[in-house]
Amino acid sequence: MTERTPAGSSAVVAVAPPPADEQDRVERQAAEAAAHAQARRPAWQRAGEIRNLGLFLVLAVLFVVGLLTKGHTFVDSANLLTILRSASVIGVVTVGMTFVIIGGGIDLSVGALVALASVWATTVATQSYGTAGVIFTALGVGAVAGLVNGLLIAYGRLVPFIATLAMLASARGLAERISNKRTQIVRDEGIRAIANTDPLGIPLLVIILLVVAALAWFVLNRTTFGRRTFAIGGNAEAARLAGIDVRRHIALLYVVSGLCCGIAAIMIASRTTTGSSTHGNLYELDAIAAVIIGGTLLAGGRGTLIGSLLGVLIFTTITNLFVLNNLQTEVQNIAKGVIIVAAVLLQRRAREAGT
Amino acid sequence: MPRPTAEVLQSPAEGGPARAEHRARALRGPPVTSASGPTGAAPLLEMRGIVKEFPGVRALNGVDLDVLPGEVHCLLGQNGAGKSTLIKVLAGAHQPDEGEILWQGRPVTIPRPDAALAMGMATMYQELDLVDGLSVADNIFLGHERARFGVTRRREMNTAASGLLARLGHGDLRPDREVGALSAAGKQIVSMARALSHDIRLIVMDEPSAVLAADEVDNLFRVIRDLTASGVAVVYISHRLAEIAEIGDRVTVLKDGRTVATGLPARSTPTADVVALMTGRTVEHAFPDRPSTVAAGAPEVLRVEGLSRTGEFAELSFSVHAGEIVGLAGLVGAGRSEVLETVYGARTPTTGRVLVDGRPVRPGSVPAAVAAGMGLAPEERKSQALVLQASVAQNISLASLRRFSRLGLLDRRRELADAREVAGQLDVRPADPTRSVRTLSGGNQQKAVVGRWLLKGCRVLILDEPTRGVDVGARAELYALVRRLAAEGVAVLLVSSEVPEVLGLADRVLVMREGRVVREAAAQDLDETAVLDLVMSGSAVVDPAQELDPEQELDPEQELDPDQPRGPDEPVDRDHAADRDHAADRDHAADRDHAADRDHAADRDHAADRDHAGGPQHGDDAGRGGSEQTVARQGGAPA
Repeated sequence: MTERTPAGSSAVVAVAPPPADEQDRVERQAAEAAAHAQARRPAWQRAGEIRNLGLFLVLAVLFVVGLLTKGHTFVDSANLLTILRSASVIGVVTVGMTFVIIGGGIDLSVGALVALASVWATTVATQSYGTAGVIFTALGVGAVAGLVNGLLIAYGRLVPFIATLAMLASARGLAERISNKRTQIVRDEGIRAIANTDPLGIPLLVIILLVVAALAWFVLNRTTFGRRTFAIGGNAEAARLAGIDVRRHIALLYVVSGLCCGIAAIMIASRTTTGSSTHGNLYELDAIAAVIIGGTLLAGGRGTLIGSLLGVLIFTTITNLFVLNNLQTEVQNIAKGVIIVAAVLLQRRAREAGT
Repeated sequence: MPRPTAEVLQSPAEGGPARAEHRARALRGPPVTSASGPTGAAPLLEMRGIVKEFPGVRALNGVDLDVLPGEVHCLLGQNGAGKSTLIKVLAGAHQPDEGEILWQGRPVTIPRPDAALAMGMATMYQELDLVDGLSVADNIFLGHERARFGVTRRREMNTAASGLLARLGHGDLRPDREVGALSAAGKQIVSMARALSHDIRLIVMDEPSAVLAADEVDNLFRVIRDLTASGVAVVYISHRLAEIAEIGDRVTVLKDGRTVATGLPARSTPTADVVALMTGRTVEHAFPDRPSTVAAGAPEVLRVEGLSRTGEFAELSFSVHAGEIVGLAGLVGAGRSEVLETVYGARTPTTGRVLVDGRPVRPGSVPAAVAAGMGLAPEERKSQALVLQASVAQNISLASLRRFSRLGLLDRRRELADAREVAGQLDVRPADPTRSVRTLSGGNQQKAVVGRWLLKGCRVLILDEPTRGVDVGARAELYALVRRLAAEGVAVLLVSSEVPEVLGLADRVLVMREGRVVREAAAQDLDETAVLDLVMSGSAVVDPAQELDPEQELDPEQELDPDQPRGPDEPVDRDHAADRDHAADRDHAADRDHAADRDHAADRDHAADRDHAGGPQHGDDAGRGGSEQTVARQGGAPA
């Protein structure tokens, strides 16, 4: 993640006043030296100092608030696991959203895809194929719907906003149609067990999120696919001229997002033991908000997965605090809005100071 | 080296594709294609009768080009001549509508950029092809990353990138630096390293020297000579005609999407001939005559008193009378555009005030400036002046909408009628004001911008680089138009990077340097050399035509002023650097060179890019438009 942070100009290098004709060269060397100093610092330091530091600070403040208002109830390990568990489903969706947004797109259909996949995977017919059938169906529905998004955007040249808005409407409609607007009960024991298993005391749902996030981090930062995602989001024309099949890549980004929705659908079906066309309501907004406050540029080309996950944690912690303090959800939504604006303004300031 | 026979077609072609095809055939004749290069080898690349159309514009209309192995083939042409489109066709980014491409004697199609790279053709675009957010190594290997099973091998890429950079003489450039943080010259190096990271037989360089300092240009030439020595062909695009004589083997000239000459020997073809081919005419500037009575008793319309903006310009005072054209000359970074924008209220001054007709205008407010009767035709026409999707009429009426509205409802018929009248007065072509302004040529777009203020009825017209991206023919019309508006009593304030334009059009000239006016004089009392000296050094006027007394030479102290600010990212013009060297050199011959350099500067003015017809292929050109070859790039920004 760290190599994306803007090369800081903060490092100061003392240079004796050069003769005029040496000016250019010395300035160049100074800039290089500054970059060296920057590069020599350990990765975790560079990670912290630019972008994610602010997010950790916000989390810390929220924890202090939790401690002050609810004390032991808040820092209780059960409560902390509750926060993580409630972050898990939206967290997985946010991972997919991070790919899409770094690649210069947006996916408004994630919430609807979670609903569609959860409904399709929990019909009586699907459940008759057992746990594997449910999982396969959810993943398949998510991936195929994502592919439709991707094809419309990459090859049909629809603006991502419009293509995924259409998908949002029709996927939710299809989910209602399949379920007849009724809540479908998950009877498969294997699926039900997912939310109730706590290996080593950690909920399996949280482990799923961690595995998905780790995999996504690796793909984004250590693979050709990830590198090209940043390139396409940063300058699609440059990527095209470099010989990258930009359209195929963009289509794949939406498949990744759809696949994440499929995973999230399994998790939510297990957690609520239902499949419903109302699952995942407004997930698109939560996921986009988490990605944005995580420091990813909405225009694409820059962003970090860790930032997105911190964004999710911040939102779920706020929700938890409000629930513990019996505050109303309206106030909670206002707080979310304020945090989005504040985070983006702070990041802009940090970026301007950093470059 | 045996000089290939050149065939030159000078008459501008009239008529349609048939005629072009005929011309293409003529160009394909034996004298050109049989020309043997340095090695006597068969052409590596041949392009025959390439045609490429975009909606509303025929960007390429019969281009022929043949490149021999191991040669430096220079591609010349004004902006809009089709160079950018041509190299994109070569790179597989555009598909030609007609014509054929032969690679090593075999006909080929280049359907996608990776196909061109696979064939061994790499292209260095003008910064266009780098991703700012990625590291140097990532950019170099973008699209062909070193990876195993999709997992990138970062260390290997960094090592390989370092090797390539070292080969380019920049081993000090760290491969893990973010490209966005590099200077323009650094980006150019990365771009070149990327091209060399492929196994190439031919490399296209689009103005590689535009952002390089003198020593870096030498380095670039060293790399090019290395490449050609190993048999790699280079297609070299530059507007610095002196460079072409230095590094080039043969020259192909494009004009209006056609090849007008090919196979010219680069070293022996006179510069004037090349310029004539590129422009299709020998006389560049046609300024209207000045009225003999320049605003003698005319009232003062615009008055600027002690205007300053911290870090940009200081203590500026001047006035413009009705019917007078006042020009601001100076380098980019001398504060010219900033002055205009401050006068117009787009920037807030630190001190000082602006008065129109004796009444002070509220500072820092564009609406106040417009209400006082000011109008601005800004530097970046497409991004700052025009609503590109809208029609010509809607663009003209933009500043006068209140006049056409009643209770908030627009009287569209009257709007169109008035706009049509203005467009007719200004001779905006095509004459249909309902056309999208995007489809107009640069010159006609500029007329529409001026028309906006004509309709509004402005007292002060502020023109920032009015002829940037405007072709030579339309320039003369714009000059006549500005002169006519002045004759009707408008006070005109003009900024141009092209000194001849300021001198030819303005009545009075303020020469700016580092945010201050260093000279104010009637335009007749200044010449180009004097102005160039003033803007670059602030030294005494030196007329290179005269025999120089050593005592009157440029003061080297001043020339090498260490305080002369220059940002690390500021492109440094090598001619400027050369000028400094010459100034430092007391040898008499050096002064002749100095003078010769100025002549070159003038030549480059002639050669300067002129955006011709607004078309899709200009997207990447428009921004950097014509000023590149002018004094604009020769200086630094104030600290």
